[in-house]
Amino acid sequence: MRWEYGEIHTEMAGMNVFLADGGIAEYLVRHWEYRQGTALAIAALIHAVLIIHFFAVAPLVFIWLERKVAGRIQDRLGPTRVGGKFGWLQTLADGIKLIQKEDLCPQAADRMLFRLSPYLVFVASFAAFIVLPWSDGWIAQNLDVGIFFMLAVMSLEVMGVILAGYSSGSKWALFGGMREAAQVVSYEIPMAICALVPVTVLGTLNMVEIGWAQSGFLTNWMIFHDPFCFIAFFVYFTVATASVKRAPFDLAEAESELVAGFHTEYSGIRWSYFFMAEYGSMFAVSGIATALFLGGWQTGIGIEEAILIPLRGWGENFLFKGFTVGNYIANLVGCVVFISKGCLLVIVQMWVRWTLPRLRIDQVMAACLKYLLPISCFLFLGVTVWPLILYEASSAMSATPRTTLGRPLGEKGHSPEPRGRTSDGKKTSSVPGQEARS
Amino acid sequence: MSEILKHGPLVVFGATAVGGAIAVVLTQNVVRMAFWLILSLGAMAGLFFSLNADFVGTAQLLIYVGGTLVLLIFGVMLTASGPFVSIKSSAGDLVKSGVAGGLLLTLILITACQVHWESTPAYDEVGVMSAGYNATADGNTTRPLGHAFLGARPDKDLGRPPTDHLSPGYLLPFEIVSVHLLVVLVGAAYLARAKKRKA
Repeated sequence: MRWEYGEIHTEMAGMNVFLADGGIAEYLVRHWEYRQGTALAIAALIHAVLIIHFFAVAPLVFIWLERKVAGRIQDRLGPTRVGGKFGWLQTLADGIKLIQKEDLCPQAADRMLFRLSPYLVFVASFAAFIVLPWSDGWIAQNLDVGIFFMLAVMSLEVMGVILAGYSSGSKWALFGGMREAAQVVSYEIPMAICALVPVTVLGTLNMVEIGWAQSGFLTNWMIFHDPFCFIAFFVYFTVATASVKRAPFDLAEAESELVAGFHTEYSGIRWSYFFMAEYGSMFAVSGIATALFLGGWQTGIGIEEAILIPLRGWGENFLFKGFTVGNYIANLVGCVVFISKGCLLVIVQMWVRWTLPRLRIDQVMAACLKYLLPISCFLFLGVTVWPLILYEASSAMSATPRTTLGRPLGEKGHSPEPRGRTSDGKKTSSVPGQEARS
Repeated sequence: MSEILKHGPLVVFGATAVGGAIAVVLTQNVVRMAFWLILSLGAMAGLFFSLNADFVGTAQLLIYVGGTLVLLIFGVMLTASGPFVSIKSSAGDLVKSGVAGGLLLTLILITACQVHWESTPAYDEVGVMSAGYNATADGNTTRPLGHAFLGARPDKDLGRPPTDHLSPGYLLPFEIVSVHLLVVLVGAAYLARAKKRKA
């Protein structure tokens, strides 16, 4: 269900490209002769375990990082003692403390909802990682509606927060939940429209195709495609920061007014689920920004063409059948690049948080409905008109009707003849339903 | 073992959808109802995903779970006087809703039973349904009805010379009904507000 790329790949199409192509389920069926159903279940399990590891370890690092960044910005040191010089293990110590804490439930609370809502937040945030393209082919579920799925699933997180706020039976929590509902429901709209801006140019919702369309040098990234995409990146990032309720938009928590907002009544491990979800979502929205605007897993210095693509297919059947070293290395490089870009954006979110003061709730709503929403609508309009203007301008100036800068609407792909798309534009797939469905 | 795993998603999601729906009916607390609805509608989305209908599943999540239900809970939070709102239906309500629900169930059951499942078209290896239009060979499903709602009548128009006028479908009534719903909602909001002002 993905593009074949280049001649190298077409000749490999029927060969062993484990950890690069086809997915784990197909590999298990082909090489270990598992039945389809069993293979799908095992593949789903492997994907889930890998993602949950990232999902659990990333907050561990981010929370430590947040303290360090906050400390440095405020001219402090941050954690220094636990685990050596830089306080590496501070979050782990916190985690152990949180597990030991008593799991309280207030008398006025609706016990069932109070206990369940942290899981709802957790699951919604986790599900977004299913379609995050770590690297070419390293994606748990390569949906054709990838980015749409991601936006839909991320919008479910608000549900858990509202339920948590409502079921706590506390005024502070209720206010926090109401603010969260009002804020997230309105910020979702500009977020989706901003995500549409590069999607309109690329003509695909598939995360892997979006990644491949931005291969090559830095200038092929969507952020540098046209002025509208450039502005859309910053608008998207602002809106995404708000939609994961980070400062200056963290009105749902607002310590100075609402004690701790929607999670006032939570303690121990359930409290920490909210924070795991928050840091997970921070990476998820940064991942969307990376995939849509910043070239996904592409390095941006053009080494894909020179080094990584020729590497694919090298060292076949190394150690055990179906394992190809070249593919593995190429994908690993991509994965590291993707995670680095995502983490960089997360650090920017932290930087913003510790630099700007919190807005008032009416300012938050006004910023969205009066400014960000019209801006994003304008950007969407602009990006649809942009290629037509360029087309007109270029055909007026020269005899050649085509320009390399922009192309008429309805044409797919950003780079000339997108990588690996076969000549008739058909996507090829060797085994149907190969991907794990959990 | 393999067969169990293959049909596992169907069983799990189906059971969750039905169980959630029953819980919605049996619960009296509005917010808990909303929670069970999340479960039920989410499982419906899961069913769509396991049928490879990714777009429909995603739209289900985005519109019903992420949109409608959030607004529902938001509305309850804004209007509820006590912390927990409970709904107690009178006997008359129970009878009325029972009759309406029973009629709907009968309709759905009749529709489902009329499909000739053994003759529904087999999916080929790539997962594409065989081309062409033939209601009987398709297992007598409700597909003609769906076509008609979209304004196309392949059951009447196929095979006729292209110069003929096409048969009308039900697109216009369908759209009118949906606009009607909007009008009803606006009217309801207006009436509710007008009452408030007088008081």
